[in-house]
Formats: sequence, structure tokens, C-alpha cells
Amino acid sequence: MRGRILPLGSLAVLAVLLGVLPFVVSDYNTYLGAEVGIFFIAVLGLNILTGYTGQISIGHGAFMAIGGYTAAILSRDHHTNLVVGMIAAFAVCFVSGLLFGLPALRLEGAYLALATFALAISIPQLPLQWDKYLGGSTGVQSSSAPSHLLGITFPAATSVSNRWLYGLAWASSAILFVLAWLILRGRIGRAFRSVRDNEIAAVASGVEIGVYKTLGFAISAAYCGVAGALSVLASFGSTSTGSWSVVLSLELLIGVAVAGLGSLWGILAGAAFVGLLPKISTSIPVVGTDHGRDVVYGLLVILVMLVLPGGFAGLLARARSLIRA
Amino acid sequence: MTRLERLVVPLALLGCATFLLVGCLVSTNFATFTVEGVAQGLVYGSLALALVLIYQATHVINFAQGELAMLTTYIAYQLTQWGLSYWEAFPATLAIAFLLGTFLQLTVIRPVQHRSVIATVIVTVGLFTVIDGVVNWVWGGQYLTLPTAFGFGSWDVGGVLIQKFYVGTVVVVLASLAGVSALFRFTKLGLAMRAAALRPASASLAGVRVDAMLAIGWGLAALLGAVAGLMTDADPVYTLNPTFMQAILVFAFAAAALGGLQSPVGAVVGGLAIGVLQALVIGYVPAITSQLQLPFAFALILVVLLVKPNGLFGNRQLVRV
Repeated sequence: MRGRILPLGSLAVLAVLLGVLPFVVSDYNTYLGAEVGIFFIAVLGLNILTGYTGQISIGHGAFMAIGGYTAAILSRDHHTNLVVGMIAAFAVCFVSGLLFGLPALRLEGAYLALATFALAISIPQLPLQWDKYLGGSTGVQSSSAPSHLLGITFPAATSVSNRWLYGLAWASSAILFVLAWLILRGRIGRAFRSVRDNEIAAVASGVEIGVYKTLGFAISAAYCGVAGALSVLASFGSTSTGSWSVVLSLELLIGVAVAGLGSLWGILAGAAFVGLLPKISTSIPVVGTDHGRDVVYGLLVILVMLVLPGGFAGLLARARSLIRA
Repeated sequence: MTRLERLVVPLALLGCATFLLVGCLVSTNFATFTVEGVAQGLVYGSLALALVLIYQATHVINFAQGELAMLTTYIAYQLTQWGLSYWEAFPATLAIAFLLGTFLQLTVIRPVQHRSVIATVIVTVGLFTVIDGVVNWVWGGQYLTLPTAFGFGSWDVGGVLIQKFYVGTVVVVLASLAGVSALFRFTKLGLAMRAAALRPASASLAGVRVDAMLAIGWGLAALLGAVAGLMTDADPVYTLNPTFMQAILVFAFAAAALGGLQSPVGAVVGGLAIGVLQALVIGYVPAITSQLQLPFAFALILVVLLVKPNGLFGNRQLVRV
């Protein structure tokens, strides 16, 4: 029991801090906090695949796009509630992840990286092709009417306040974090790790590799789908095509690397890194241009990889062993 | 693998080549598309070969390869701005590209390459962002034009108009491919590099400086990338801008996947196949619009990988459980 107190206690402190935050910082910073929450969900999802199941993906931004479009189209055509839209995004992306995961079963390492990269590049082209339904380069605009669910009135996607957005993003993060923890601590999580560590040994112990790799894809895609639906909310209910570029997929992978592969503890750091760093570095003089920001960002990514091999989670583990010693 | 299976790929390629040849003789339109496709395909092939060189040695895909090629093309532009002629700037750019590739391997890749594939891939992703930012910072995002490499004219070959820059591109790319393969096949350095890529441990026991070989490999890859960048820009349709190599990189990925990431010959053949196919599809299938070109390449990669998970020229590694 004693071993559990530290992690549970720090989780509780963190939850309280995150809950108080929007009431003490400015509106813009609340918005940034919500963005970090959105990245938190996506990085968590990708970590389930890359960190725990050992399958690299450079294309999970595509699943965010699919989730975002699902939620926005449902809202446009059927005036669905925000929460229903997010659940639908989860379901649609789960199925998309299954469908992509099946052919991906035959691919390994670098080939999988190539296929997922191609996915990231091609999905954003589709709205331009079928612009009647998918809105072309301006994207799909969610409905501007408020909606109701279980007696609660939800603001329209076009007029969500930053505090609302923050609450929704972090409430979803908390639910999905607990879900991930439950999945990863049990039978499925063990199977995931065995696939990552040694496929042959996994098969020999009766783990169906194919089933678990596909499941890993589906779960991580579903997480990214929810993040995508939330990020549509964060841009006033619109799915402008510019926001789903390859860079998004790269950012998710960077987030996972900074967080530390195969650990749930560093994810907040990974999400904050990709969510806040570009915005912070624009406010530094001299480098404060868009491109100066890219340079700083890229250099920091390389630096983190050189200095922190295990990401932030590795740093935490090292600190913990120092305290114990 | 039975003998029959081994013959499938060469026979299929022979069939494709015959089809193209007959098509070119029958229709001038077809011939125009094919020539365009061959020139473009060789550019894909040289970038794909750059990827394969690095992949063979370290099992890492360099996602910054296209951006590196873009940067070196900007350097060529700068050299011409400083008064060098195009063909003076060309070898200078290749030399700079080689040094740059070697330098990057030594400084940022070497510390992570033994750690994990994912770490190395992420470092190349970081490089991608840095190079993009640097180019935008120094030269700005606007479109620039390099002096033309081969002029604008065209030759009339039996009713088929062949633009000069297509021929120039083919000659330059083939020459650089021949140079690289001669280096690998006939020189002591090439032998050492092959040894370092194939069996690093045994090679180092035999006195090969494996780390140095890997750095030179990165330099050569950057050099091939520079050729691809410069030749892409020889096409008057392309103007120099910070994103001009990104789509080319995707097609080079497709080429490398098609040929098999372990096979240098496969990379070039794959590049040719993708280039010709792309030109013919654009020419004859109006349903594949410019928006659908990248998804088309993606579908192609997936289909190829599903049929031949290690590419056309890759050997299947069997694992028994």
C-alpha cells in the first residue's frame, strides 16, 4: 500500500491544481491550458500504441482530423451535442484505427512509419477533393445552436468559452487517463508490452499478436479522435484544413518522446511541451517570428532527445531513485 | 523461394518496359508522358536512394532528407546570387551538401543512433523543423527562381517534343547514380562502407572505422538529395520555395517502399516506376486530380506493402515461431 500513496497523492494534488488553474490565470492562458489538455489526450493515445505496443506511427494527426470532421459534420447535419460528438468521434476513429491496423499488421518498423506518414499526408487532401460534403479548404462549420443533454444546456460549438473548453478537455483527459490505466494494468496491457518486447516470446506464450496490434491501433486512434473533436471546438467549431497538416502528426510523436515511451507519468510534460512551447517561443525577442519559433522548437526537440533518453518519465524515475537512495 | 517466384519480379518489370516501349511507338502523347515520367522518376529514385543508403546502415528513415535537399538547393541559389554561374554552383553545392550531411550525422545523429530507432527518427523530425525554420528565416517564404540549368528549348524526335531539361535531368541523375555505385563497388572506401552497413561488429573487428563510415554515408545521402533538389528545380514548373521537396519526399518514400528499403537498385527502379505511373495516370485518368495525387501515392504504398511487405527487391526474413 505504501508504494501507492506517492503516485495517488501526486495525482490528487495535480487534479486540484488543474481544477483551480482556470480561476486564477487569464482567459488566454486558460485557452492554452485547454490546448494542453487536448494534446494530453492525443499523446496519451499515441503512447498506448508507440510506447506500450511498440508500433511507431507518424500519422496519428490523420485520426485527429477524422475525429474532428466526424464531430463537426454531426453537429452541422444533426445538431448533435458536444459530448455525443466526442463519443461518435471516439467510435468512428476506433473503427478507422481497426481498418488501418489490419493492413498495418504486415508492416514492421520503418515500413509502418512510411505507411503512417503517407496516411498523415493524404487524409488532409480528401476534404479538398470532396468539397461539397467536407467543406473544401474552409472546412466544416459546426452548428451554432446550443444543445441539451441530461438536463444540462451545452453552449454551441461556435461560442464555447475558454473555461468551458478547459473543463471539457480536462474532464475528458481524466476519464481517458483512468481508462488507459485500467486497460494497461490488466491482461491487455501485459499483452501489449509482450508484443513490444519480444514478438516471438509473445506468440509462444499464446498472445495473438495480430489482435493486439490492431487493438492498439484502434484504441490510440480513438483517443486521437476525441482530441480532434475537442480541437475543432477550440477553433470555434470549424475544421479548417490547415490545422491537420503533417506537422500535427510530428508534434504528437514529439510529445510521446518527451513524455517518455511506455509511461503514463510523463504525458503531462509531453503535452505541455508540444502545446505551450511554440506559443512561448513566439514571445521571446529576436526569435519571435514564426520561423524563429520553428528553429527553437526543432533544436529543443533534438536537445531533449540527446539529454533525456527516457523522456520526462525517465527523469522522474531517476529523481525517485535519488530520493530513495 | 522457388525459382518461379524469383522470376516473377524481373518478368513483370520486363513486361512493363515492353508495354512502355510499344506505347511510345504507337502514340506520341504516350511517349511525351513517358519521357516526363522517366525524368521525374529518376529524381524520385535519387532521393529514394539517399533514404536507402541511410536505412541500410542504421535502419532509420531520415525524415529530414527532403528538407535537407531543399536547404542545399537554397544554398545553390545563394551561390548563383553571389555571382557563380549555375554549373559552377552545382559542384560547390554538392560538396557543401556532403559536408553538411557528415556534420549532422556527427553532431546530432551519432549520440542517439545506438539508443533506439524511435529516438533517431524523432531527431530527424526535429531536424526537419529546424531546417524549415532556418530557410524561412534566411530566405523568406516567397518563391525564388534559380537560373535555368538546361534552357527552355525542346528537341523534336520523330514527332515527339522532348524538352531539353528532361534529357539534362536524366543525364545528371544517371551520372551521379553511376558515380555513387562505382564508389561502392570499386573503391576501398566503398567496400568499408558496405561492410560497416552489413556487419558493423565484424567490420570494426576488421579495422573499419564504422562510425566514420556512417558519417560518410550521411554525407553521400545528402549529396544525392542535393542532386534531386537541384534537378527538381531544373523543371521550370517548380519554383524554389520552402515546401517544394515535401511532396517529392513522399513519392521518394513510395519509391523506396516499392523497391524495398534494403535495395539500392530497387530504390531507383521504384522511383522510375512511380514517376512513369504518375505521369501516365495524370495524363490519362482525369479522375485523379491534383488533390488526389498524394492519396494515390499512399494507396500505392499500402497495396505494394500488402503484396510484398519488403518491397519488390527486398528479401523476406522468415521467422519461425
